[in-house]
Amino acid sequence: MFAERALGTRTPSELIWSVALWTVMGLFVANFMLMILAVLVNSFATQWFGTWLPPAFTTKWYVSAWREFQLDQVLVVTMMVVGAVVVISGLIGVPAAYALARRNFPGKRFVLLLLLLPLMVPPITYGIPLATVLYEARLAGNIWGVILANLVPTVPFVVLVMIPFIEQIDPRIEQAARLFGAGTGQLFVRVLVPLLAPGILAALLLVLVRTIAMFELTFFTAGPSSQTLVVALYYAVYAPGVRANQSIDAMSIIYMATTLLWLMIALRFVNPVQLVGRPR
Amino acid sequence: MSGGDGLTGRQRLSRWLANYEVDGVALLVLPAIACMLLLFIYPFLHGLILSLQPRSGEMLDNYRKFFSDPFLYDTIWTTLRLAFPATIINVVMSVPIALLVRRFRRQRLLTAILVVPITLGPVLIAEGMLNYLGPQGWFNGAIVGLGISGAPVRLIHNYAGVLISLVVAGFPFVFLLTLSFLSGLDPSLEKAASTLGAGPRARFRHILLPLLLPALAVNFCMSFVQMFSVFPAAVLLGEPAGATRVISIAAYQAAYEQYDAPMASTIAMIMGAVQLAIVAIVLGSRELFYRGSTGSGKG
Amino acid sequence: MARTFEQLRLEEIKRDFGAMSALKGVNLSVRRGEFIALLGPSGCGKSTALNCLAGLLPLTGGSIWLDGQRIDTLRPEDRGFGMVFQNYALFPHMSVRQNVAFGLTMQKRARAEIETRVDKALDIVRLRDQSHKLPGQLSGGQQQRVAIARAIVIEPRLVLMDEPLSNLDAKLRLEMRSEIRRIHNLIGATTIYVTHDQEEALSLADRIVVMRDGLVRQVGTPEELFARPLHSDVADFMGYRNLVSTHAGRAAGDEVTVTIAGARLGARVVEPVGAGGMVTVAIRPDDLAVSPEGPLSVTTDTSEYRGHDFYCSGATADGTTLYFTSPRRLAPGEAVRLACSPDRVLVYAGGARP
Repeated sequence: MFAERALGTRTPSELIWSVALWTVMGLFVANFMLMILAVLVNSFATQWFGTWLPPAFTTKWYVSAWREFQLDQVLVVTMMVVGAVVVISGLIGVPAAYALARRNFPGKRFVLLLLLLPLMVPPITYGIPLATVLYEARLAGNIWGVILANLVPTVPFVVLVMIPFIEQIDPRIEQAARLFGAGTGQLFVRVLVPLLAPGILAALLLVLVRTIAMFELTFFTAGPSSQTLVVALYYAVYAPGVRANQSIDAMSIIYMATTLLWLMIALRFVNPVQLVGRPR
Repeated sequence: MSGGDGLTGRQRLSRWLANYEVDGVALLVLPAIACMLLLFIYPFLHGLILSLQPRSGEMLDNYRKFFSDPFLYDTIWTTLRLAFPATIINVVMSVPIALLVRRFRRQRLLTAILVVPITLGPVLIAEGMLNYLGPQGWFNGAIVGLGISGAPVRLIHNYAGVLISLVVAGFPFVFLLTLSFLSGLDPSLEKAASTLGAGPRARFRHILLPLLLPALAVNFCMSFVQMFSVFPAAVLLGEPAGATRVISIAAYQAAYEQYDAPMASTIAMIMGAVQLAIVAIVLGSRELFYRGSTGSGKG
Repeated sequence: MARTFEQLRLEEIKRDFGAMSALKGVNLSVRRGEFIALLGPSGCGKSTALNCLAGLLPLTGGSIWLDGQRIDTLRPEDRGFGMVFQNYALFPHMSVRQNVAFGLTMQKRARAEIETRVDKALDIVRLRDQSHKLPGQLSGGQQQRVAIARAIVIEPRLVLMDEPLSNLDAKLRLEMRSEIRRIHNLIGATTIYVTHDQEEALSLADRIVVMRDGLVRQVGTPEELFARPLHSDVADFMGYRNLVSTHAGRAAGDEVTVTIAGARLGARVVEPVGAGGMVTVAIRPDDLAVSPEGPLSVTTDTSEYRGHDFYCSGATADGTTLYFTSPRRLAPGEAVRLACSPDRVLVYAGGARP
């Protein structure tokens, strides 16, 4: 069962320790699964109050959630925002990571600090001033404002994830390509992008998952017609008015299914351990 | 344009720049810098200036107001009271669990299961907890049914509710980071220690922990950032007007309920300052530990 | 702690990884104070055997004995063996001194004793003046010496070395090779040394264990292995580059005549062969020399300068490539005759391995 029980047989105290750990982890996972199950059951329940299981099941909440919250529009907005953020942060981030990995120009440390800061302060801290600026520039309240705001954490994220990926590629490969006559553009398209494909894929899929889940920045910059799924969901719960919580649960399940789908795709391509990048 | 050395001005400029390793490749960093300056630094400075221009009164009046009104300054304490324990629970839990997962052959599957909470989002976690941990939920049903407690335990709409949801939502990232630090360690170090007579506990204390500590400090900071800006969970699962009135709620109310942009910026600046101060303390104490490569030798 | 022993015995030790068998039943006995080299191509199971000895890999069959004590069930930390790793595995957060002291600290020795013994070990590897540095600040050769000091300071019953020189450049490797032998002569610790480099094994070891496909093929002194490999694959590994399949003539005692490309050569039987059966003839290039009266004739292909002579290749009339040595440079296409003493032409049963 264990890949490596290499370091010998176990003493009783180690056994107790590992049983305890498995128990804690098991409880964590079990409670967590039950929590999701509770939402799932509720989203299919006609009504559910104070019993172990609801008296009857229905799919009507999904239909009503779809209509009530204009989910088709929300999903389209979400896809547009996420797609734009992924593409733009890839186009800006990967070349920047390449420059930072391969050159030692003056001010490089400063640039790295500039890129690290947005990841080291909470989104709300810069989200509020950013929203103010975007409102003044008449960019907030529409989809562009949401995209711009989301670039703040994703561009540095792509850069910092990509730098180690690029560093582990032998620079002589690029030098060889240059000697055979490839310009910078061709070098990127024909040599670097294919070599870096796994890294780029990993970084961008993570950007995708993070952007779908990014609540604060979208919340501060979105107008009524530019809400992504997370924000729409939050308003559905928070906004006053009588809404069946089954229909909110139905929407949560739709949200989870969307993110889970992408995360599973991401996990097919990358080892989860690489998801966060190697720390320096 | 050609000079005495037979080069054009442009060629001479690029030779001069080459001294500083600036060439076409280095310039690729410019779009990212522009993006950060425009979308991060400029708004930040704008916010800073805005915070110094209160709607009425002198320059520092907004800050004075914040620190004289317990309803406002208490939010810092409230936030720290949530963010600190949640981060510490996650970082401390992540180490033994990552050690356990590392030894398991189905590492990827197990990791995937532990990472699922990333996909839930604040609302589903909140809804799930309201359903599952609520007074009528399965959890309390089981607890009362099994006679562990006479009455349902209150786990939502209070401090505990927010803390639990922070732990659940924050664990995957903390865990992944710890696991990746751990798999970056050279396994032969532990083997070497064991041939030198170190049992599992001694190996952990003398080899793993010292090498892991700097990484855990980074992990702490990155997780703390997320916890410090807790917002949806505090509203949906806590008492947004009382025990879990965190600083981001105060900022939100200033911005979107009182439409006081200067005050909102002030709170944002204070948040940033507190956050950065804590990150600086933690990373500063990291200097005390060994920080070099965690591989061994040249290998 | 100087627990001593007379004999280490590996009895039928096996190690499977799923369907793959890395060790298929290895038997070996080692006397106290010996320097043993486990030699073989990569994947032959030599490193697996070493890791099993250290306790880093549990056995899937067989047993290991130190005199009357069974040790394969002990954990690595309870075996009291010192190990030197291929990548050194120095603890990067500890100074050289702390690294070397680690094993003694684990034994909870008195501080004064630790100091004296660490100093002594650092003197042996000549690193006393570097003791305050971190491993990252040392060169590869110095790191290797720290790793050796760390292993020997605990006065282990057995020192295990896993290709310790393979990360060093050629010059350093020669230096460290002498260094390792010097340290062995000095402290006399029983040592098991894994390597894929036959020269290293020949120069260091008292006895060499040649392994292949998870089995021991031959055990012997360097001289025995060099002069008389018992199997054609061992011969191949020991530098008998000319391996030719042919038919054997009539054998008288261990003397036999073989035919290569029409030429008749006197030879010695190593593995018994029946008359007329297929055999493999093994000759070292250094034993096959240009001689005007020699029985073999070849057409030269290449001729490489080696310093004191030339290392050449050429083809016989039937297209067999032979490697040989010549005192002067041969031109491509030049026809020469070759000769070899019958004692240096070894005959094995069966056709040559591909």
